Amino acid sequence: MSLLRTLGTVLARRSPLARSPSRTVVKCLSSDAASQQQGASGPSSLHAKFPGALEASFVTTPKLALPESIEPIPIYRVMNSEGVIDDPSQEPNLEQATVQKMFRDMVLLNTMDKILYESQRQGRISFYMTNFGEEASHIGSAAALSPEDWVYGQYREAGVLVWRGFTISDFINQCYGNAEDQGKGRQMPVHYGSRKLNFVTISSPLGTQIPQAAGAAYAFKLQPNNQRCVITYFGEGAASEGDTHAAFNFAATLDSPVIFFCRNNGFAISTPSREQYRGDGIAGRAAGYGMAALRFDGTDVFATYNATKLAREYVLRENKPIVLEAMAYRIGHHSTSDDSTAYRPAEELEVWNTVEHPIAKLKHYMLRRGWFDEAKENEFVKSVRKQVLSQINQSERILKPDWREMFQDVYAEMPAHLKEQLRAMEEHVEQHREHYPLKDFKQ
Amino acid sequence: MNVLQKLVSTGVKTLPRNGLVRHSSHFVYQPDAKAPVEGPTQKMNMFQAINQAMDIALEQNESALVFGEDVAFGGVFRCSMGLQKKYGKQRVFNTPLCEQGIAGFAIGVANTGAKAIAEMQFADYIFPAFDQIVNEAAKYRYRSGNLYDCGSLTFRAPCGAVGHGACYHSQSPEAYFAHTPGLKVVVPRGPNKAKGLLLACVKDNDPCIVFEPKTLYRAAVEEVPVAAFESPIGKADILRSGTDITLVGWGTQIHVLQEVANMAKTQLDVSCEVIDLVSILPWDKETICNSVKKTGRVLIAHEAPLTNGFGAELAATIQEECFLHLESPVLRVTGWDTPFPHVFEPFYIPDKHRCLAGIRKLINY
Repeated sequence: MSLLRTLGTVLARRSPLARSPSRTVVKCLSSDAASQQQGASGPSSLHAKFPGALEASFVTTPKLALPESIEPIPIYRVMNSEGVIDDPSQEPNLEQATVQKMFRDMVLLNTMDKILYESQRQGRISFYMTNFGEEASHIGSAAALSPEDWVYGQYREAGVLVWRGFTISDFINQCYGNAEDQGKGRQMPVHYGSRKLNFVTISSPLGTQIPQAAGAAYAFKLQPNNQRCVITYFGEGAASEGDTHAAFNFAATLDSPVIFFCRNNGFAISTPSREQYRGDGIAGRAAGYGMAALRFDGTDVFATYNATKLAREYVLRENKPIVLEAMAYRIGHHSTSDDSTAYRPAEELEVWNTVEHPIAKLKHYMLRRGWFDEAKENEFVKSVRKQVLSQINQSERILKPDWREMFQDVYAEMPAHLKEQLRAMEEHVEQHREHYPLKDFKQ
Repeated sequence: MNVLQKLVSTGVKTLPRNGLVRHSSHFVYQPDAKAPVEGPTQKMNMFQAINQAMDIALEQNESALVFGEDVAFGGVFRCSMGLQKKYGKQRVFNTPLCEQGIAGFAIGVANTGAKAIAEMQFADYIFPAFDQIVNEAAKYRYRSGNLYDCGSLTFRAPCGAVGHGACYHSQSPEAYFAHTPGLKVVVPRGPNKAKGLLLACVKDNDPCIVFEPKTLYRAAVEEVPVAAFESPIGKADILRSGTDITLVGWGTQIHVLQEVANMAKTQLDVSCEVIDLVSILPWDKETICNSVKKTGRVLIAHEAPLTNGFGAELAATIQEECFLHLESPVLRVTGWDTPFPHVFEPFYIPDKHRCLAGIRKLINY
């Protein structure tokens, strides 16, 4: 970004032309182009030689590239809201057991969300974010990936973890920040991570994970016999961050096998997408970066599955990135700190919560296939509720980590100044024990 | 060749004779007294030493990558000369012009365990990457409970006064980063230190930033061991022993302080102990405080502005640790609390005259 560098380049490029009066140069160029166009000697002769756009041709009349003239990228859908497959060739032909797992994982996530949301309302955990309405985009994409693929998420992708085997106790222990939390109680609830499941720990700053995913994918690409890609999830709001621009451009220019998975749920907290961007969503940006793109119905678990599978094959075969845009609707509030009725009508929700609901759609599909057993599924929901409630009781009772963990992992090894601070706090706590909640922490 | 770099390359030796003053010569480079390790040495300047360090890092670690703006052709300061040719376009490459992207990409590379050596073209342009460095890189290991880290990344950034760099080619932003737990920040004073510190940072398991005083790239020449070696992070160097006052600085300022120590000896008969802090975070409290306890006086000098500069951290700690030993207040001679100016640079920098005046004040206190 050095101005001097830029100026230096400009000056260097200009110097050969500087000898002849610039007006003459312009005249020459334009008449040259005009005569070539008149000559109509094929499109190649119209091509300019500017290094910044080698494929572009000259024209003699100005034509604004208007956003209105760009056809919106269509939304790929496999099944309709009745669970009917529109085009049989798009049936992913998944086994009953796989579809069953998809359904149950979505139900599990949905059930857990409801209870943890309520538990925050009761003040039992400090914060929560639900995944209502986006369950299919998590499960469908996770099912199409290899468990070895790395996932960089935003915070509303808990379903990916459900699919990969993060347990109810893993989730709830993290929300409580107790001694069983792999993150050692250092981050807010829903900031999950798992080394075992190749799910990189969530952080709050939006968009930061996206260029990181591009970097990780690049590093994997250089490993011999790499069969691993990287997927990064983010909302359409996060796509406005500078980091998203950075990531798209880096991945495209450096050929990173990364899947950019945008969850476009229409809202970034209270901001509707029409105040977030004016272009054709997020997928519409891909072409500007020289990337492939695919937009699909994110409430359709099969469309998500097919799209992600296709994307995975593409990025690993071509060593190139792709933008996926899952269209959905954020049915829940942004978080437990948000009341979405303050900025959107309740009626709008209704349709997304019923006919267009991802779980309802898959249920219809399963009913058609004769794979749905009402009694069994009710039993499943009941058992999940029971597990979640009992885990909440259990997680609540597990002590928090030793408070000294506060000083660990800042660095790989604790430097001298931190050791001193730890010692100072130990002495202080020893002398003022009654003022600290020591009984809640492991010793 | 970069405009600024070309100016730098004309260097301190070729002072114009038309009466114009070349302000990049506010210091006289003082080579290290002895090589950091045994073995054959080679005379080189700082950019050559850095180049050799990166060469070694790429050679030793198959996963190591070198990238940034314009590094492929050798870098605007020549630090990555010849590396792409030797290691290929996959491992030494240009990125798009976007610092937050460079930092984020580097973190991702490091998440996988591969070594990332990323360049910010000027330290002045590191701020777009501030979020990635402060919120992400520094906190990765901590926030994940050590499940993930980016310890294998190193950022390099040319910093400091260069004579005519003005607001955006002169800054010394070390204090911003010193306030960030999880980072390591170092500043070399010359070729040996630059090579040793860079190799130490590449090997280190925490994210590191090396701020390289750009005015030293060509001006600093000394004998450097050809072999790989590391200079410890977190360790200050006592470059000159003294009994009356401790002078603390880092980077280019060390050479100013060395000259000031000579002036203090001859003009004031004051014996100065000169310490190169080397490592800003973590910093070597023991070495500094032991010296101050011995001399009873301390002057801290840095190019960055006074208020909340890293000197403030040193001063506060020194008064806490050495209160009964101090014979005079802790004095900071630094850049002023203004942006770094163009034509006023000679009045801005904490040059030898301001430092010497500071010593006089402390001795007479």
